[in-house]
Amino acid sequence: MSQNAKNYYLPSPSLWPLIASIALFLMASGFAMFLNKIEPGQYVLITGFLVLAYLMYGWFSEVIRESIAGFFNKQVDRSFRWGMGWFIFSEVMFFFGFFGALFYARNVSVPWIADAQLLWPGFVATWPTAGPGIELTGTMGAWGLPAINTLILLTSGATLTWAHWGLMKNNRQQLTIGLVLTVLLGAAFLFLQAHEYAEAAFTIKTGIYGTTFYMLTGFHGLHVTMGAIMLAFILLRVIKGHFDAKNHFAFEAVAWYWHFVDVVWLFLFIFVYWL
Amino acid sequence: MSTTTATHHDEHHGHPTGIMRWVASTNHKDIGTMYLWFSFTMFLFAGAMAMGIRAELFQPGLQFVDPHTFNQLTTLHGLIMIFGAIMPAFVGFANWQVPMMIGAPDMAFPRLNNMSFWLLIPAAILLISSIFVPGGAVAGGWTMYPPLAIQGGLSMDMSILALHILGISSIVGSINIITTIFNMRAPGMTLMKMPMFVWTWLITAYLLIAAMPVLAGALTMLITDRHFGTTFFDAAGGGDPVLFQHVFWFFGHPEVYIMILPAFGILSTIIPTFARKPLFGYASMVYATTAIAVLSFVVWAHHMFTTGMPVAGQLFFMYSTMLISVPTGVKVFNWVATMWKGSMTFETPMLFSIAVVFLFTIGGFSGLVLAILPVDIQLQDTYYVVAHFHYVLFSGAAMAIMGGVYYWLPKWTGHMYDETLGKWHFWLTTIAFNVTFFPMHFTGLAGMPRRIPDYSLQFTEFNMISSLGAFVLGLSQLLFLYVVIKCIRGGAKAKDKAWEGAEGLEWTVASPAPFHTFETPPTVK
Repeated sequence: MSQNAKNYYLPSPSLWPLIASIALFLMASGFAMFLNKIEPGQYVLITGFLVLAYLMYGWFSEVIRESIAGFFNKQVDRSFRWGMGWFIFSEVMFFFGFFGALFYARNVSVPWIADAQLLWPGFVATWPTAGPGIELTGTMGAWGLPAINTLILLTSGATLTWAHWGLMKNNRQQLTIGLVLTVLLGAAFLFLQAHEYAEAAFTIKTGIYGTTFYMLTGFHGLHVTMGAIMLAFILLRVIKGHFDAKNHFAFEAVAWYWHFVDVVWLFLFIFVYWL
Repeated sequence: MSTTTATHHDEHHGHPTGIMRWVASTNHKDIGTMYLWFSFTMFLFAGAMAMGIRAELFQPGLQFVDPHTFNQLTTLHGLIMIFGAIMPAFVGFANWQVPMMIGAPDMAFPRLNNMSFWLLIPAAILLISSIFVPGGAVAGGWTMYPPLAIQGGLSMDMSILALHILGISSIVGSINIITTIFNMRAPGMTLMKMPMFVWTWLITAYLLIAAMPVLAGALTMLITDRHFGTTFFDAAGGGDPVLFQHVFWFFGHPEVYIMILPAFGILSTIIPTFARKPLFGYASMVYATTAIAVLSFVVWAHHMFTTGMPVAGQLFFMYSTMLISVPTGVKVFNWVATMWKGSMTFETPMLFSIAVVFLFTIGGFSGLVLAILPVDIQLQDTYYVVAHFHYVLFSGAAMAIMGGVYYWLPKWTGHMYDETLGKWHFWLTTIAFNVTFFPMHFTGLAGMPRRIPDYSLQFTEFNMISSLGAFVLGLSQLLFLYVVIKCIRGGAKAKDKAWEGAEGLEWTVASPAPFHTFETPPTVK
């Protein structure tokens, strides 16, 4: 609560929300056209992405300028914390939906299809499976690349925390090195993940196994990509001399996000690759 | 609840003017106003679609629209009423009232707040323009079940992406509301002193933040099944169309409470005012709201009793559904107990509230009937279901919104609305609503299926009655529009405390509420 705040901070009118709405309109309508092979869908979609990139650059720059100018008091800082925390919770729920689909397929729909011998006689419920109508052309084991990737992501969590320690005791060198290592580990993870996709003997069309594998790991990979981009921007800001030992919520927010992505990976490793 | 002393300052920057005041707004009141007008526009639009549905159903046979158009009308009516009318209306209330009620100057994230609103516009454009694309709008029902949703054309993709955008808007909006309530309360405004409307919105925001991402997941699965060859909903690939129903209703049932909990909050504000008694059982009201929210996540499959679930699952969802009537009953009891021996007056907001308590309870009871597994198997997809959810959504949510509008119009506009016309609107709405929807219980029990443009001859009389009621109900809402516009343009000057029995911080500021309220926090005792 706000006992220590004499005055609240109120931002002045801003056009960024409208630009966000335009960006999403272009992206959604462009994507809908693109999916249905209507010209010039892909260009509308790309324009939307560009507007979105401009929006994020512009809006975040403005917030950073406000932060550096010292407009944000403790209350605003707390608001950012609440906001980021519940945003991550909403992401958790998004993954929860897809994990739910995976568990449903493994424990309900595949056994039920096998039970209904009338439709597909001879189909036996196993996991992995591509279902009775699609051939399972391959699977992905847990102890090759995925295990190495697990190690990489866990290490990146540790280097990020090490960087945070550096920031808190004003050791800029430790901070920079830790961040660089984290970004590199994130990039290595993505590279190996892309390699794994390229080498895989099955695709997203390989029945329910391919579906759940690529959707879950794909959305996770997308989140790692976003997290790595955010970390890279934090690194740039560190190099520009932003943040001090007390005032660095942007760093923490991205760190929270990175750890969240880590935890999601652990569940992926267990339920998608291993068991 | 709390007694308050407020100091409010209205110094520096006044109104930005012209169109920039609205598109670039960072003011919770202006954004709330935009939400409410957006909602009203969508309400009239989707209401007009309902008029089309009722015109077609006035007599058996096909008169005005072909079956495909009829399916589009029912589908879009549902989607737009839920996502375009009811949810934005409640967010409009939250924007106007939550900061004023907790003594905050604005929402925690004013710019994100405006983004939440402006995201509604592209979503509405996508949804409505999908009527004009080849193949027409989505026609498989607002729940978008596969395999129909997999087979639909361009409009299906447009609607899915529109719902994605609405989901982003809702998630950002609810993060904003949660943060505002936890971090912006005036000193002394402890959680258990918060007005009940703030409590219900806090819980609603949590429902949104937990449910909307799951909807996003379901919509994403639809898109990838449609275009990228995944087999979530295809049995030949090991998937299952029923999986969509599980994921959808995991979102869909909390969604039902997202649309009713803020209505409960409005009732809990209006009834004490006109009964001139504090809300009976404040703490139990808070706990009941929380209990409803928690339970709402474990009842979803009662929408799916006929999908071939194992009996154990059916029984679990039957009992958990019935359990929800306990906290809901607590609320109804508390409202009645609040009125008990109160010195009551019956202005329009109070009339709406009493009608909601009565009619929502009917809807709650028909919900209990539908929760009974063997009965539901008989009634699934009949007009009984249509009657049930219009009793909770129209005479629950929509009429609570109307009551709330009348209640706070004096604070929003600075003028009293026309009481006579307000009462006319109330009686026309309430009577026409019951004429429209009560007969549907009978046609449903007799087996008339929903979402079908034609029907068997024996249902004719009841359908004629329903249609006549619906036309009166539709026209009465134009009266509502007139009353609101008349109130904005003039009328008796509203006092700061427009209602004699009103409690709360919003009544300590001027009417109309100044552009900025509580720039320095008031003290709540």
